[in-house]
Amino acid sequence: MTDASFATPLVKKELPGSVQRLAWILLAAGVVVIAAAYMVDVRRSAFNNIVLFLFVTSLAGGSLLLIAIEYMSGAVWSVPMRRVVEFIAGLTPLAPLVALPCLLTMHDLYTWTNTEAMAGGGALHAKQPYLNLQFFVIRFVVVFLAWNLFYWLYTRNSLKQDTTRDPALTTFNIRMSAVFLPVFALTVTVTAIDWAMSLEPHWYSTIYGVYYFAGTFLAAVACATYIIVRLNEAGYLPGLRRDHYYSLGALMFAFVNFWAYIAFSQFLLIWYANLPEETFWFMTRWKGGWEYFSIGLIIVHFAVPYFALLSQDSKMDPRRLKFMALWILVAHLMDLYWLVMPTYSPTLTFAWIDLFFPLIVVGAVMLLLTVKMRRHPVMPIGDPKLARGMDFHL
Amino acid sequence: MDTQSLYALTALFDTPDDVVHAADTVASAGYTKFDVNTPYPVHGMDRAMKLKPSRLGFFALAFGLLGAFSAVGFISWVAVVDYPLVIGGKPFWSWPAFVPVSFELTVLLASVLSVVAMIVIYFKFPNNSHPLHDTPYMRHVSSDKFGICVLATDPQFEEATVRKLLASLNGKDIAPVYYVFDDINHGQSLFDPKFIAVLVLTAAVVSGATYVTFNKLLFIEPFTWMSDQPKLKAQKPSSLFNNGIGMRGAVPGTVARGSLPYAFAGKPDTAAAYLVNPLVPTEEVMKRGREKYLTFCSPCHGNVARGDSRLRGQFPNPPTLHSDKVRNWPDARIYAVITDGQNVMPSYASQIPRDDRWAIIQYVRVLQRSQNPKESDLK
Repeated sequence: MTDASFATPLVKKELPGSVQRLAWILLAAGVVVIAAAYMVDVRRSAFNNIVLFLFVTSLAGGSLLLIAIEYMSGAVWSVPMRRVVEFIAGLTPLAPLVALPCLLTMHDLYTWTNTEAMAGGGALHAKQPYLNLQFFVIRFVVVFLAWNLFYWLYTRNSLKQDTTRDPALTTFNIRMSAVFLPVFALTVTVTAIDWAMSLEPHWYSTIYGVYYFAGTFLAAVACATYIIVRLNEAGYLPGLRRDHYYSLGALMFAFVNFWAYIAFSQFLLIWYANLPEETFWFMTRWKGGWEYFSIGLIIVHFAVPYFALLSQDSKMDPRRLKFMALWILVAHLMDLYWLVMPTYSPTLTFAWIDLFFPLIVVGAVMLLLTVKMRRHPVMPIGDPKLARGMDFHL
Repeated sequence: MDTQSLYALTALFDTPDDVVHAADTVASAGYTKFDVNTPYPVHGMDRAMKLKPSRLGFFALAFGLLGAFSAVGFISWVAVVDYPLVIGGKPFWSWPAFVPVSFELTVLLASVLSVVAMIVIYFKFPNNSHPLHDTPYMRHVSSDKFGICVLATDPQFEEATVRKLLASLNGKDIAPVYYVFDDINHGQSLFDPKFIAVLVLTAAVVSGATYVTFNKLLFIEPFTWMSDQPKLKAQKPSSLFNNGIGMRGAVPGTVARGSLPYAFAGKPDTAAAYLVNPLVPTEEVMKRGREKYLTFCSPCHGNVARGDSRLRGQFPNPPTLHSDKVRNWPDARIYAVITDGQNVMPSYASQIPRDDRWAIIQYVRVLQRSQNPKESDLK
């Protein structure tokens, strides 16, 4: 395809001002609500802040992984949509900001910050070289430095390619993905263990990193799917068809299954071995009202999306995809809430605080899109595989 | 040639784009019975051929459900109804343990039976021949060309028209394919001796090769720390002794401790007449007898010897030991039963040493007395 064929659609590349206004309103409202929440109930807000941070990290890290996998596997179908994923990955520099309030309230959140309790001997004492504030912060910084480095390299090369059309940039990104994948495996595990698993410092599960990763990737694909379908319907991504949607739907369906598989694997081994130091984690999620939440999680996070995305048609239907993408994002939030909040309160309680924390993410993603779309083409117009990607048929 | 019927007209193309274009044109011309053969899946072909979505998915769903339900049903039946065992203190119906196997069976049946269904429906099994077999067309489309074949059964098939259409699409090697009607519909049988022989031979070669590979060539012993110990094993040779036999016989003219020969094997009544219980019912003997009775006898005879087995009817229940017959037996008659066995009861001579047998008999006497007390016991 020639340059001209892409020039026409890209005339309409800026999102309408109403989106930006709404984004600012949501963002401001989110910040205000979080500030108000912290004034009302610091401890509850801090725990919600972990959920929020892990959610933003999911979207950022999952999007980075989606980009890396596209390069590594040489996928063609996803090339026209990669720029949108790169936009969402723009959350990577923002995610550490969301974590800052947590870092100020570590003693409210993590019992292992109490050095006296850690020195008491036993299992906690053995974990002390890992679970201490200094090393925690070092890991946090290293993880996000690494992610931001790769985010910066990916997007820099991708944007440079828009003008130079140099296939060597793609080769470079492929090589970088080979480095990024093991780095990501390690860093996402560290993030999951540090921020969520260490809430119960006695407890451990070796599959925990994979569990969080499953949700991470699922959330990133769902977020990308929703935005891509919306943008396409509004005419920003001309040429995308149901054939392209199918792969997004298939990825969501696959990772709904993968999440369930990992979640069940974690449960099965702990249930089978029946060791008190492992089972208590599930016991707290099976009493005090949490049992309803646990069952609800299985239905919302697995049963409903499984059947909603089972048939081939449903994986291509834009309305179904949009709905299920939002549904899965909510399910992922619910999953993170389920991981984090039982430590806050062994009995299930809801407060308005819990509902309004995610508001800021919606605002941030929308703002990110408006800003980035104003500056950059919404498709990687210089990518050598773009024409083949546009021409993709099932 | 007169016995042969026309099956299809075939044409070859060099690139996938050509064949997609050709399929699109043929389908648009109104042909419904035509097929495309390519060495690998070509994207966009379903649309070009105007195919309806495959219905194979519904078969997969049905077979998957069949697998899921039969696995859950069978495991539940085994674990709850037929052979309930308490494992790790968990309930009989421990469904999480069933999930992995049910999942496997679901996937297995869904995939394998879908393939079987495909073979039965599309390839009309047991027919295993196809007119396109052994044609130059098939040789090409399975290596380096892309082919299209318009079937003669298509309602608007007309050889000259189709030939012209394929030629206008730049199809190469346009050729008719003929078949002998009998070959396709009656020539093949599952029970063809040649077919069966090849099947059996294949099975033998594959299982033999598998056996040799995994048990001889690639055999890796699992942890052997416990099984390989420098010790003598029963019934095994040993280089330690001159005669090469690991087990030692008795020294001539001696009797091992606890191995007094039993002179009344197979003669219970003689035993009853000549043997006497050497033990008197002291507390120590009773404790020993009770312990051994509960260990060896109670599983079948029941805790109070009523013949109420604890084994849920998996073995035939023995008669009660409180019958007049057994109560009136001398101790040595019971001793003979324990030593030799009786009916389905095997000999317990090797499990229970001589003195323990006598102690058990003393304990059985107490049990009998407890069920049929004398007048004086009640005072």
